[in-house]
Amino acid sequence: MAKHHISMTLNGEPTEFLCSTRQTLLDVLRDELNLTGSKEGCASGDCGACSVMVDDRLVCSCLVLGAECDGKTVESIEGMADGENLHPLQQKFLEEAALQCGICTPGVLVAAKALLEKNNNPTETEVRYWLAGNLCRCTGYDKIVRAVMSTAADMRGDAK
Amino acid sequence: MSSENRKYKWVGTRQIRPDGHDKVTGRAKFGSDFSVSGMIHGRVLRSPHAHAVIKSIDTSEAEALNGVKAVITSKDFKDQSSELKAAGEGMINYRDMTRNIMAREKALYDGHAVAAVAATTAEIADAALELIKVDYEVLPHVIDVDEAMKDGAPILHEEMVPSGIEIGGPTNIAKFVEFSLGDTKKGFDEADIIIERSYKTEAVHQGYIEPHAVVASVTEDGQAQIWCCTQGQFQVRAFVAQLLGMPTSSIRVTPSEIGGGFGGKTVVYLEPLATLLSKKSGKPVKMTMTREEVFRASGPTSGGSMTYKIGAKKDGKITAVEGSNKLLAGAFSGAPAGPACMCAVAPYDIKNVYINGYDVVVNRPKVAAYRAPGAPISAFGAESIIDEVAKELGIDPLKIRKLNAAKKGTQAAYGPTFREIGYEETVDIAMGHDHYLAPLGPNQGRGVASGFWFNIGGESSATVNINEDGTAVVISGSPDIGGSRASLALMAAETLGIDYDKVRPIVADTASVGYNFVTGGSRVTFATGLAVVEAAKDAVRQLCERAAKIWEVDAEAVIWDDGHAKPASSNVGDFEPLSLSSLAGQANKTGGPICGHNAQNVQGAGPAFATHICDVEVDPETGNVTVLRYTAIQDVGRAIHPSYVEGQIQGGAAQGIGWALNEEYIYNSKGQLDNPGFLDYRIPVASDLPMIDAVIVEVPNDRHPYGVRGVGEVPIVPPMAAVANAIENATGVRMSALPMSPPRLLAALDQADVKEAAE
Amino acid sequence: MESIQFRKPETVDEAVKLLQGADGDARILAGGTDLLVQLRAHMIDPGVIVDIKSIAETRELTKNDDGSYTIGAAVAGAEAHERDDITADWPGVIEAWDLIGSTQIQGRASLGGNLCNASPAGDSVPAMVAAGMTANIAGPDGRRTLPVEKITAGPGKTNLKKGEFIVSFNLPAKPSNGGDAYLRLIPRTEMDIAVVGCGAALTLDESGTVTSAKISLGAVAATVLVVEDAAKAIIGTKLEPEAMSALDAACQAACNPIDDKRGTVEYRTKVAGVLGRRVVSIAANRAGKN
Repeated sequence: MAKHHISMTLNGEPTEFLCSTRQTLLDVLRDELNLTGSKEGCASGDCGACSVMVDDRLVCSCLVLGAECDGKTVESIEGMADGENLHPLQQKFLEEAALQCGICTPGVLVAAKALLEKNNNPTETEVRYWLAGNLCRCTGYDKIVRAVMSTAADMRGDAK
Repeated sequence: MSSENRKYKWVGTRQIRPDGHDKVTGRAKFGSDFSVSGMIHGRVLRSPHAHAVIKSIDTSEAEALNGVKAVITSKDFKDQSSELKAAGEGMINYRDMTRNIMAREKALYDGHAVAAVAATTAEIADAALELIKVDYEVLPHVIDVDEAMKDGAPILHEEMVPSGIEIGGPTNIAKFVEFSLGDTKKGFDEADIIIERSYKTEAVHQGYIEPHAVVASVTEDGQAQIWCCTQGQFQVRAFVAQLLGMPTSSIRVTPSEIGGGFGGKTVVYLEPLATLLSKKSGKPVKMTMTREEVFRASGPTSGGSMTYKIGAKKDGKITAVEGSNKLLAGAFSGAPAGPACMCAVAPYDIKNVYINGYDVVVNRPKVAAYRAPGAPISAFGAESIIDEVAKELGIDPLKIRKLNAAKKGTQAAYGPTFREIGYEETVDIAMGHDHYLAPLGPNQGRGVASGFWFNIGGESSATVNINEDGTAVVISGSPDIGGSRASLALMAAETLGIDYDKVRPIVADTASVGYNFVTGGSRVTFATGLAVVEAAKDAVRQLCERAAKIWEVDAEAVIWDDGHAKPASSNVGDFEPLSLSSLAGQANKTGGPICGHNAQNVQGAGPAFATHICDVEVDPETGNVTVLRYTAIQDVGRAIHPSYVEGQIQGGAAQGIGWALNEEYIYNSKGQLDNPGFLDYRIPVASDLPMIDAVIVEVPNDRHPYGVRGVGEVPIVPPMAAVANAIENATGVRMSALPMSPPRLLAALDQADVKEAAE
Repeated sequence: MESIQFRKPETVDEAVKLLQGADGDARILAGGTDLLVQLRAHMIDPGVIVDIKSIAETRELTKNDDGSYTIGAAVAGAEAHERDDITADWPGVIEAWDLIGSTQIQGRASLGGNLCNASPAGDSVPAMVAAGMTANIAGPDGRRTLPVEKITAGPGKTNLKKGEFIVSFNLPAKPSNGGDAYLRLIPRTEMDIAVVGCGAALTLDESGTVTSAKISLGAVAATVLVVEDAAKAIIGTKLEPEAMSALDAACQAACNPIDDKRGTVEYRTKVAGVLGRRVVSIAANRAGKN
């Protein structure tokens, strides 16, 4: 069968690609579009390193087919910063050392951004459960959770 | 104790890491993010059998498949002699290594590589694997360490001669080690109470999120470039050179960013295969493991079966300890039996100690290093039994640790006499910590445990290049696994007397910097840090010489202070200090480029100790354990970048909690791994853990210019016993086997109920 | 190599025709959270993948005039979770749905997929069964409706015929003084498959006496069980300790589990009783608050 010709909006840009049925959105991002910020840690939806937004919904890109994405709007880690300006979460992760090896970081950031857009005042428990699908083996999650909560406070304009 | 008075301008501050922006924007290139033009894709055929003779392999159909460019089996690798060579975090036997990367006479575990294919697409390579016909003769297998040591157990290597012990006939025992101090018989005679217990721990995987990945490109003239995620590009070079019979100079290994390793990426799996496939096909070859392959075929750390016997006086003074640690090695010798023995009771001043260890082969993937290899296993036994002594004697578990604490001058059972160490400080802080004093609710319990790791030095090389604008590049060869570039830049900035943001640290390939031993053993900030500091001092020496030249004075008459060359005294003359940037700017006129260099085999690692406090709540009806609160107190010598020091401590503790509660390999009756994925190999998720309070203690290591000891490994040593002791405190039931998963804990609680009812 | 077709029908009839006419295995793609894993692991080798998400009916979550809900088979958990009406009326169903995987999985996971994957441990299924949900099936012979508990035939097997697929579900109107709940036992707090799952829906009268109950167990047999004896044990009681003990015993007696990597027979059986008690308490508490 011929490849599928797919048009979608990726990080704000109209994007076209060809893919086979078996190729996931993650495969497409990494292998066809050369965006390797989304990582493959498991290919089964268990690690969250490939997290992206599809039509404003947080998903694992390893569990979405490329062929499904025609007409969709996809946002990956590469679209998170605004030009030269990092997203506040990216900046906070740097300042608070919320990453060690950094392999889970893109997925964690995409997921955390989705949380803060939905809930700008999450409790520690809410952050932990929201991010339960983003495995991190380095940090013990402590600094990640703190950075997300502290970004939320900044974005709300709370005094420190 | 933490020195809050600011002795240093940069050391001890929390700067943004040099590689940070790449990592929060998705730019950073990890192992599988790399590709080169003309690249083809390699895949590995793996044994479905735990133990089988490979009678024949027919690759003809696979080779004939359109798109297949190369197929390799063990026949393509020359055999290696059986001798131990120092490499990685232990000794390497290349005869074993060549058999581990590609099964030769026998497949020795489920997942053992049997053949590999390179093809124009990964799909074609996968299809080719299905066309390879392997004729296996399946043999009985053995998975459990105690079973493997029994008479009549299936033997993995008929020809293996154990070291350190005489055994008539074939055995699975590869090695026996023992350590003793004093006279344990005398010690037990002096004891008022003696307790003896058995313990068991499961093999656990390092669980790095990034699967192993490599791109190898060999040109027609035999020059190889290898890009891979590794903890040691120089090890990869050495191993590939030896396994493929290539000159070391013909191989250039560039480490990618590394997505976690914890010891598991100090060895090679795909690199020699990709290199050989590239050589054979004439094309660059990319290989990436699937998560399933990572679990089935890459190294976990050992599981262990231990017995510990302890004697103590009524006042809590420990008079003797005897221990035995049987550690499974996987398919080839290499279990960390030695370190397990050496670390078990190292936090304590005990006069009479005898501890032995066995390195035992079983039909599992060969173990690799994992954070403080061996120590967490033996410490689970030792720290559990010390807790039991404390309870029996009615002494607070921290008080008994303080009473027996090793100090400066204590002789450790494994040999050395400690210099300045900070163990007792960790216990003191724990005793006064508000966590230790907080009240507990129903079904809740608190446990403590301590841990030890040697830390290591080893070979490190570094170059510090002073740029013409007064900035500096720090070139080292230690892959940065958790923020070490930031620490190296901080120490270089401090030594040079320039701002942190003017220092750019890079991790170089094997052709661009001198030899560096692996990132492991908690050595990078200590040993490579020391090489960087010495290289910076070398640059400073050159800068002083340039100033002397300008001032026309002797070089000895110039000192370096706060980033400036200054006259050593007013006798030298009245010269305006020359800044690093002004000296750098005129370097071409004063003698050319300024490049500091240092290469050495670093000695003088400072041992590290930790004490952890853990609160749990146990659901008595289901056996579920919730970790409510966790505090980890550790002597780090000096925290160069406190945030990443805390991160190491928090991460190590979290891995230990996973080891304690839910991580295990589950094998079916055929010896096949039943849980090769993150769904059923249960590493902790964010909602499983509380905040982990990392308390940094700083008792400087006097053999490092900034006092560094090493941080990464000791935090994984105490957690298993700390959790077990907390569960005992909550329920009265002592768990002597890991993991303490809900089914196992509920069974133990039920058994205790039955016993209680009967009494 | 590449033989899988990908189709995205816009009507139910078109989908049925594709499924009926497929050469080899035809697989329905809703959220894909099981399908893509199986595809990647080479557990399945379908001839065609039929993405049903362009069929409007599969994507709608509607509260009907009678208070009941129609839930499209491909509605994602996150979409349902954001709806205050259904979350208030049937918290147990929403909790169970919400427990299928991570936040990311929630962005995709559907009730149709969770049910038709036919794992004995599917989290949403015991809650759907307890709530009395039915499935609206389309096929070559037209439409039919089956109770959710009649859909699965065993691990990985459904009673759907060739060409049939689930278009949507019906969730009854919440009875007055009714409450539902779902609990599962997993070793971690998230990201695990249920070792045991238990759903309950019940109604109380003014005095707090249980007037009706439906209790279901997952992961303790080849398919989700409806435990009638457990319901009998509490109907007519005010959940006194004796009734709860009888409920516990009935749940345990109903179990016919296996030993596997996730739990033992003994453990699953015992925990089924524990969860039975706990879930009924929560459901009763919810019912009492109405």
